[in-house]
Amino acid sequence: MGRSKWLHVPFWATYVFLYVPIIVLVVMSFNSGKSAYTYEGFSLKWYGELAQDERIRDGLVNTLIVAVGSTALATVLGTLLAVGLVRHTRSKTLDAFALMPAVLPDLVLAIGLLVFYGMIQLTLGLYSVILAHAVFSMAFVAAVVRTRLTNADTSLEEASRDLGAGPVVTFMKVTLPQLAPGIIAGALLAFTLSLDEFVIAFFTIGNTEQTLPIVIYSMIRFGVTPKINALAAILLLVSFTAVIAGQRITKIGESRATD
Amino acid sequence: MSRTRFTRRLPAAVAVVGLALAVAACGGESTNSAASAPAATADQLNPNADLSKQSVNVTVWDGYTPKELPQKVKDKLKFPLKITLHATNEEAMAKLTASGDSGIDVAFVSGQYAQALNEQGLLEPIHPELIPNLSNLYPEATQLSYDKGNKYSVPYTWGTTGICYRSDLAKTPPTSWKDLLSPPAWADKKVTMMTTERWLALPALKALHYSVNTDKDDEIAAAKKLLVEAKPHLLGYDDTTFGDKLKSGEAVMVEAWDGWCPTTDEKQNIKFVVPKEGSDLWVDTMVILKSSKNKEAAHALINYILDPEIHSWAAANINYKVPNKAAMDKVTIPKGSLLGIKPAELLNGESIIDLGQASLKYTRMSTEITAQS
Amino acid sequence: MSPSRGRRLGAFVFLSPGLTYLVVLLLVPLVLVLSYTLFQRGRFGGVVYEVTGENFSRLLDPLYLGVVGTSLKLAGLTTLIALLLGYPTAYLIAQLPRKWKTVALVAVVLPFWTNFIIRVYAWIILLNGPGLLNSGLKALGLGPYELLYNQGAIVLGLLYSYLPLMVLPLYAAIERLDPQLREASANLGASGFTTFRKVTLPMTVPGVLTGCLFVFVPSFGNFVIPEMLGGGKSIMVGNLIRTEFLRARDWPFGSTLALALVAVLVVLLIAQSWAARRG
Repeated sequence: MGRSKWLHVPFWATYVFLYVPIIVLVVMSFNSGKSAYTYEGFSLKWYGELAQDERIRDGLVNTLIVAVGSTALATVLGTLLAVGLVRHTRSKTLDAFALMPAVLPDLVLAIGLLVFYGMIQLTLGLYSVILAHAVFSMAFVAAVVRTRLTNADTSLEEASRDLGAGPVVTFMKVTLPQLAPGIIAGALLAFTLSLDEFVIAFFTIGNTEQTLPIVIYSMIRFGVTPKINALAAILLLVSFTAVIAGQRITKIGESRATD
Repeated sequence: MSRTRFTRRLPAAVAVVGLALAVAACGGESTNSAASAPAATADQLNPNADLSKQSVNVTVWDGYTPKELPQKVKDKLKFPLKITLHATNEEAMAKLTASGDSGIDVAFVSGQYAQALNEQGLLEPIHPELIPNLSNLYPEATQLSYDKGNKYSVPYTWGTTGICYRSDLAKTPPTSWKDLLSPPAWADKKVTMMTTERWLALPALKALHYSVNTDKDDEIAAAKKLLVEAKPHLLGYDDTTFGDKLKSGEAVMVEAWDGWCPTTDEKQNIKFVVPKEGSDLWVDTMVILKSSKNKEAAHALINYILDPEIHSWAAANINYKVPNKAAMDKVTIPKGSLLGIKPAELLNGESIIDLGQASLKYTRMSTEITAQS
Repeated sequence: MSPSRGRRLGAFVFLSPGLTYLVVLLLVPLVLVLSYTLFQRGRFGGVVYEVTGENFSRLLDPLYLGVVGTSLKLAGLTTLIALLLGYPTAYLIAQLPRKWKTVALVAVVLPFWTNFIIRVYAWIILLNGPGLLNSGLKALGLGPYELLYNQGAIVLGLLYSYLPLMVLPLYAAIERLDPQLREASANLGASGFTTFRKVTLPMTVPGVLTGCLFVFVPSFGNFVIPEMLGGGKSIMVGNLIRTEFLRARDWPFGSTLALALVAVLVVLLIAQSWAARRG
């Protein structure tokens, strides 16, 4: 560690860069004015108004359903895909195909899915957003998991097989734990991206539901209120508390993986 | 080699499955469009239909209709009303035009977008006999150039585009579009113009005394020249947050739709002016989709919205002028509000209409201007 | 079961669920959209199914090539800065004691659990003319500077949006490195930098490539940041695609732009795959 002291500069720069606007955003939640754009004075009223806003509450619930659902789907499919791509094929075309949704402009995927869903006359709902989000999330999971697999040591897996373990047992007991940090990082990415995704959600959701980003974008005409900042502040507080608590209580899966 | 055998065939298999699905999907589309073609014509609606068996999905801007509207409709008209939100006309258009049936019955879009929907055969003609409250509209509101006689759209709000400015920061109040296009020193780099191509072109076209609906190449080129010259003096192009930029003091003068100009802000330091060269008349309308299976209820809903009680809500609460005489008569006009502008004055403005193929000239112009560095 | 049959079964089990999913929900929709490239815009939007090659000839317009140039510059700069910030960050996260690793990792993505618009507003509040930073500088007798509504602000906004997409793949790649390798290198007398250059960096090339791809390509396709932080005064490829699909309702030409982008993407992705498999 001693020699890498100079690395601390970009390390902390990254976190400062990431959190400075977040501090501003939280301060704006105490704005007495109507807009999240200009600060006018101190007030707690938006926290009160937030509690009464059903649309935001429903939006939040829908957003969480979509994020959890698509992340779960994408993590399973993406992990399998990553293993398959590295261990079972040399096709670069398949590689490129599997990564594509991660980098395809959201509007192109959104319009494509809108047209496709329309053609097969699918009745849209939350599940159609989950399916759509899983498309790009899967690619992120696969890509991140792959970075752990390329050139990875297969001796452990071979040892496991030599000792008579079947392929399923070997995969569950040896391969998966080795991949755990990648899977966690990938799932985290998938969840984060789904949580704030607007374009694809807007075009693939049913007429009676809204995710939080859709609710917030529609506010743009009359101004996004600090209510949204209040919601963000609460969400951050809860997440931080959960993360710190989780860190204290359990040692997360990855500790097994690096052993 | 064996491990590549499966995967070598895979791309081919993938292509075959993809193709099959695409063909199936296309098949789906053709039956779909065939089914929607002979939809209800003008006289098929049943005025005595049992509305309680129908339900209506509306797509509208957030905050544009009263929050209690679904409850009121349920109580009064006995059918469920569901509200979907869109942030812009463009989003609503993509959703409505992409598939045969979007599940939307009634859409709120601006006039030229209603016109484009109608040109594409997606709108149900308005059945005036089902909307007796049409008689509440100002006579002027039936003479809107994108839809004379309200054949397929019913106006909900209307207004104009002008200059919205900080009266405390402006050394002299702007009076002309030229004040926006070549701003005085105190406003240099503190001006915004709109990004949507037709409204981007409007100040330049009007400053040159051309029609906002011109399709003449030389006139559009002349307007483009003015706009390119203006670019270095702008803070930016902005369609949504210009009101915020005025409040924060980043901008002192912005091109704005009257309803979006925060003139009723507590500080009372923001004013709106229609430049002397004239401007447009924009209208946000209600339309009924041809694919709707609840057309009687959709008409009943529009009729109910035209009720002075409901329609006046928009003027009283969001400060938008409504083209409904009976409703406007009920509204007391708050200080600083722009509600006082009379219909006759509004009609001095030119309605922006969809120019069909020629509208692409404006798209190109706006791309050329914004791509210029 | 013969080994080769086992292999093929493995390939089938691992590859087919994900690939089938992608064929149905990515390839088919994409083929549908891209098939519009052959047709024409209706007079008032929509698609007229008459075949034309016009969309492709429009693509060569210098106007669009200029936009591609701007996009390359801005996305390239964003990617470079993201790598310079992201690599050391991921490297140090990977060295943290186990219990702090997850915390540091989650801390990278947590800001993005808040809404995009209010995050952008926060940047505007910080950087605008009468904003926080300029007020601070004024107290020091400096400024005001034009920090917003220019290309620098676009790079800043893109960097802010996509930095986690650099950090997470890098973390996954660095974390798997065996610390003993580095120790061995150091014991053999290699300097810290030599160890980094000869051992760490080559082994993390796949992660670097993935991270760069995740930052570079979405930056290309973004249209909200150029509009909100760039003041709409510069446009990128994403703005072009948005304008054609939504504003001009010219789906055929929008699809053609998308097709061109997808073609470039495929080349990039195959190159990435090629490099990663060698790395």
